[in-house]
Amino acid sequence: MRLAKKDTVKALERRGIDAKTAETLCNAGFTMGKLKKASIEDVMKAGISKTSAGKVMEKLSKIDTKVTKTTKKVKKEERGAVTPLLIDSKLKGLPLPLSIIDELRTYLNKVKPTEAQLERILQMSVDAYERARIEPCEAVGIVAAQSIGEPGTQMTMRTFHYAGVAEINVTLGLPRLIEIADARKVPSTPIMRIKLEPEYARDREKARALGWKIEETNIIDVGSIAVDMAKMQVVIELNEKILSRRNITAEEIAKKVGAETNLDVQLEGLKLTVNPGRHSYRGLLQLVEDVKGITLKGVKGIHRIIIRKENGEYVLYTEGSALKRVLQFEGVNASRTKTNNINEIAEVLGIEAARNAIISEAMDTLREQGLEVDIRHIMLVADMVTAEGEVKQIGRHGVAGEKASVLSRAAFEVTVNHLLDAGVKGHVDELAGVTENVIVGQPIQLGTGDVELMYKAKE
Amino acid sequence: MTELKRIGRIKFGLLSPQEVRKMSATKIITADTYDSDGFPIEMGLMDPRLGVIDPGLRCRTCGGRPGECPGHFGHIELAAPVAHIGFAKLIRKILQATCRKCGRLLLGEEAKKKYQDDIKKLKKIKRSTDDVIKDMFKDSIKTGVCPHCGEEQKDIKFEKPTTYIEEGHKLMPSDIRDRLERIPDDDVELLGMDASNARPEWIILTVLPVPPVTARPSITLESGQRSEDDLTHKLVDIIRINQRFQENREAGAPQLIIEDLWELLQYHVTTFLDNEVSGVPPARHRSGRPLKTLSQRLKGKEGRFRGSLSGKRVNFSARTVISPDPNLDIDEVGVPVEIAKEMTITMNVTPLNIKECKEYVRRGPERHPGANYVKRLDGQRIKVTDRNCEELAEMLGPGWKVDRQLKDGDAVLFNRQPSLHRMSIMAHKVKVMPHKTFRLNPTVCPPYNADFDGDEMNLHVPQTEEARAEARILIAVEGNMLSPRFGGPIIGGIHDHITGLFLLTRGTTLFDENDALELLRKSHIKNLPKPAIYENDKPYWTGRQIFSLMLPKGLDLTYRAKACENCDVCKKSECEKDAYVVIKNGELLCGTIDEKAIGAFTGQVLDRIVKEFGPAEGKKFLDNATRLAIRVIMHFGFSFGIDDEDIPQEAQSQIYEIMMEAEKKVKRLIDAYEIGELDALPGRTIDETLEMKIMEELGKARDQAGNIASQHLGLDNSAVAMAISGARGSVLNLTQMSTCVGQQSVRGERITRGYDERTLPHFKKRDLGAAAKGFVKCSYKKGLSPTEFFFHAIGGREGLVDTAVRTSQSGYLQRRLINALQDLEVKYDGTVRDTRGLIVQFEYGEDGIDPSKSDYGKSVNVRRIVQNVTGQDLAEV
Repeated sequence: MRLAKKDTVKALERRGIDAKTAETLCNAGFTMGKLKKASIEDVMKAGISKTSAGKVMEKLSKIDTKVTKTTKKVKKEERGAVTPLLIDSKLKGLPLPLSIIDELRTYLNKVKPTEAQLERILQMSVDAYERARIEPCEAVGIVAAQSIGEPGTQMTMRTFHYAGVAEINVTLGLPRLIEIADARKVPSTPIMRIKLEPEYARDREKARALGWKIEETNIIDVGSIAVDMAKMQVVIELNEKILSRRNITAEEIAKKVGAETNLDVQLEGLKLTVNPGRHSYRGLLQLVEDVKGITLKGVKGIHRIIIRKENGEYVLYTEGSALKRVLQFEGVNASRTKTNNINEIAEVLGIEAARNAIISEAMDTLREQGLEVDIRHIMLVADMVTAEGEVKQIGRHGVAGEKASVLSRAAFEVTVNHLLDAGVKGHVDELAGVTENVIVGQPIQLGTGDVELMYKAKE
Repeated sequence: MTELKRIGRIKFGLLSPQEVRKMSATKIITADTYDSDGFPIEMGLMDPRLGVIDPGLRCRTCGGRPGECPGHFGHIELAAPVAHIGFAKLIRKILQATCRKCGRLLLGEEAKKKYQDDIKKLKKIKRSTDDVIKDMFKDSIKTGVCPHCGEEQKDIKFEKPTTYIEEGHKLMPSDIRDRLERIPDDDVELLGMDASNARPEWIILTVLPVPPVTARPSITLESGQRSEDDLTHKLVDIIRINQRFQENREAGAPQLIIEDLWELLQYHVTTFLDNEVSGVPPARHRSGRPLKTLSQRLKGKEGRFRGSLSGKRVNFSARTVISPDPNLDIDEVGVPVEIAKEMTITMNVTPLNIKECKEYVRRGPERHPGANYVKRLDGQRIKVTDRNCEELAEMLGPGWKVDRQLKDGDAVLFNRQPSLHRMSIMAHKVKVMPHKTFRLNPTVCPPYNADFDGDEMNLHVPQTEEARAEARILIAVEGNMLSPRFGGPIIGGIHDHITGLFLLTRGTTLFDENDALELLRKSHIKNLPKPAIYENDKPYWTGRQIFSLMLPKGLDLTYRAKACENCDVCKKSECEKDAYVVIKNGELLCGTIDEKAIGAFTGQVLDRIVKEFGPAEGKKFLDNATRLAIRVIMHFGFSFGIDDEDIPQEAQSQIYEIMMEAEKKVKRLIDAYEIGELDALPGRTIDETLEMKIMEELGKARDQAGNIASQHLGLDNSAVAMAISGARGSVLNLTQMSTCVGQQSVRGERITRGYDERTLPHFKKRDLGAAAKGFVKCSYKKGLSPTEFFFHAIGGREGLVDTAVRTSQSGYLQRRLINALQDLEVKYDGTVRDTRGLIVQFEYGEDGIDPSKSDYGKSVNVRRIVQNVTGQDLAEV
């Protein structure tokens, strides 16, 4: 009997009736069933003022099917759907991430729920969110490392793969993931995806012209080089077709070659002759190499450009990457252009951009392999690597090598050097991390090991 | 339980000569170890004061027996100082940065003050001072004249490993030590050293600590001969040279001999510390094996740090081969009786459990749930034997401890290497069984990545109540059904489970009462629902009805099965593939159950049940559904044999046509290429274009052949059933077996390598045709021709190499990732921080959501909530 009473009190409290009133009601012998059937007068008999009795009935009837005077109005409103305005105001200030709120808004506007339904939806959403929240002391780092490392065994090793653009090779799979973790200065296959401003993006000719402008053009691209042994000079035959396509004139080339080599260059029609003046055979061959290396036009490092149409706009893909210079071209949409060179992004656009680049590059690599990894794990890695303002390597020369704990560093790599160093510098190991405590044989300060419970036994 | 003491912090430093002498138990002067009677010689390397290793003896320093006495250091007084090899480079830097006369740093007061301030600032915010110190060294090495005493500095050349030459004059370690001694404490700080714990002169050794014998135990061989540890050998060398040096010096030997001996002493001390220094020939054992000295003991995977300290050997563990047992629950593990008898759990005897404890002791160690040891009130441990078990059971009283054997229901940790993620170790409930393997339910194979081709697994028995509680609550299989990697199920039906349910729910097979109950025997369902139809007054049930009995009431779910071909307009329940699955209120209305329903990683039904009804319900569902599946597959019978790969004659001739056609096309391509009529694809050379076109053509041919084959192999073919349901294998596998193996490739290209412009001598030179470059047109069943077989072996080898390289590379990546991230933790304020307190994220994952509690990464499944509340069906946005 007492238990039943308690339950009733609880049930009432859940419906928003204060504890005191609930208790008096229960003491008067009311159960939930009886209360629902009871009128205000019945309730007042239990020794409760009229106002609070009214409130009780109001609260109860909200869930009740029984129609009383107060609930009729609500009922009317319930029948009609809520307005988008109301939805907006209700959504405002909910303790939910923006993406969820946006999603809620679209769905709610679509189904047009009643007010009661709206309330329930919102309550359930908030509850679900609260339930899914991470708990304090969770060892998120280890989980993230495992979640990224474990699928590594399932990835392909094949370095070259064709992705997106069939014409350009990209490093993918495990080698790419290792590259990202290594924070290499230049990836093994740098690539840019250059998006264009609307007027260029829709016009194939304009896009192509811009492409020629950006692409690095060398002499061998526009003609052939030959050595005239008899006259001891270098002869360059230019191809007229290519010249006009690349929008460059023979005069320009002659001028450029002259300026770069500091030599006299003669131009006859499409024939360029460079006379080194010196009469050494080796010098002549060296000159050929020098001439080959001259960038006539475009951005150094952008070896090839491929134009593709994607979703109705022309996009340039490049082999080689030079973000800073490419962004300065007119017609390039700087905010949508990207490169897979993370260090370059860090230099040009800053560390936050580099962090986002790491996330998107790693996610793309994993997704391409058909492996599902939660983005939060990758975010953690990216944040760890960029936390101190520069992109650090995961490993000896980066994150793991800069740890505070001597024992942890010694247990990772180059054991002896770390110990000697610590001795000279008088380092102190605070035994806060995982490895250190494993080494000395103590519980780790993570998860359940980080919680201290004290129990004071009764005398 | 007594409160555990914690080690708060560990400070590192250098040992000063005084300290070495102070902690030394004895000075070591003789190089001999044992006398002719086999007793250790006093003041020798095996002096009994250094600790004991021989049983029966007691330590002369602490009085402990072997095992109790940790050992004590001794020391050798070096006749002349020698440099510590680990600090060779540091010595050079210090020599160059300090004045050769007054010993002070070659920095003006102002510069010094600046560096001191910088260091102070950095130390205050607990940052590394390495950069500042590097700059300081650079600055002071540049200075030519001492700003303090005006002494002109001479150039110091460093020759590896330990020679320092000052303008042609060799600096002896004693000279260096003198200089280092002169450096004032103030300047030591600027050198990056800690003056109170590491004076620079201490890196020149004058006294050598001798490790205790416990650290270098000698072993007695069968012949009775003693074999000494590598370190002891090295110490013997050092003492010998030390003595010779001393004698020679006292005898007034010429400087040349002294210097030679000095260098020899330096060599021995160097190799004692590190036997892999570049430029120093490693000290070798008589057999020619390089000695394992101090550095080698610490280094590497099997070294002290990674091998003995980060990874330790443990008691209360077992290892054996695993085998499957579908009748076990998913969270059970079958443990052989032999193992159960060895593994124990300590029970504290209380008035409440004394009867139980007595029973265990009474059973003794031989009758299974018995006890192996008891511990009396005075702490004495007594082995329970058949002879004394009755007696001990009588004596047992509260406060005693009983080591009882493992029995059914105990929580144990089960593990398979490589432990790549946390689901590689899960807690199972023990089920003691006969025979000698660990048994486990095949549904838990995916998280362990286990199969039964000889895999072994480990079992650990938690020993404290806390550990057992954590095992049951946090590590249990039940709690790990969802992977934190992507928030979906990682445990699920495999192989026969999927095939079984596929056969059950496919089409409209009917079961009479007898059959239906037969299928349900292993589950706990006793009552059948209303039959689907009556035929001749006999009730019949559909397979879907039977499967629905496993589903919890209230489950609503719609998804597309694996067979779905993503048609432009979905026919929904009219789908002829039966790929549109609808479950309403725990009732499978249409669609077929396959891998996408109950498989690991993909199982939608399983996923939904775990997330909406909780892991307990999920476990129940999986247990019941898999058992049903096994009975179904037994009911229908399921097998695969060589004649399942047969295809009719007409199909074979069709396939032959296709192959011929493809070869013709390839030939045409090659002809076009040779006369130069082939147009290059954009961004490709002509050769590349040809290769790509040929590959494409041959790939198409194989696919066409495969299509023809699969037309003739229907769902009644068990390989097709397995491929379509996702239980095992693929249509490609079947094609390769029955029709055509296809192009073999190396690095994604046709096989091109060989001698003399051809792959094999069977072909003409420069032959670019299909067969000459590794196209296998035979099927596995028909058998490969010799050349095809060879190409197949080439292609297969690439796969093997690939796997071998990949495992090592990804293993290293994982180790680095773990090391970089292991200390990160979510704090109570929601931030993610490392041990230094550096905030890595202000809110974990930007929204503070735990991926393992999320629905494939989403915290709130808005669509489901809205659907459930309003009752409207919604399309996804």
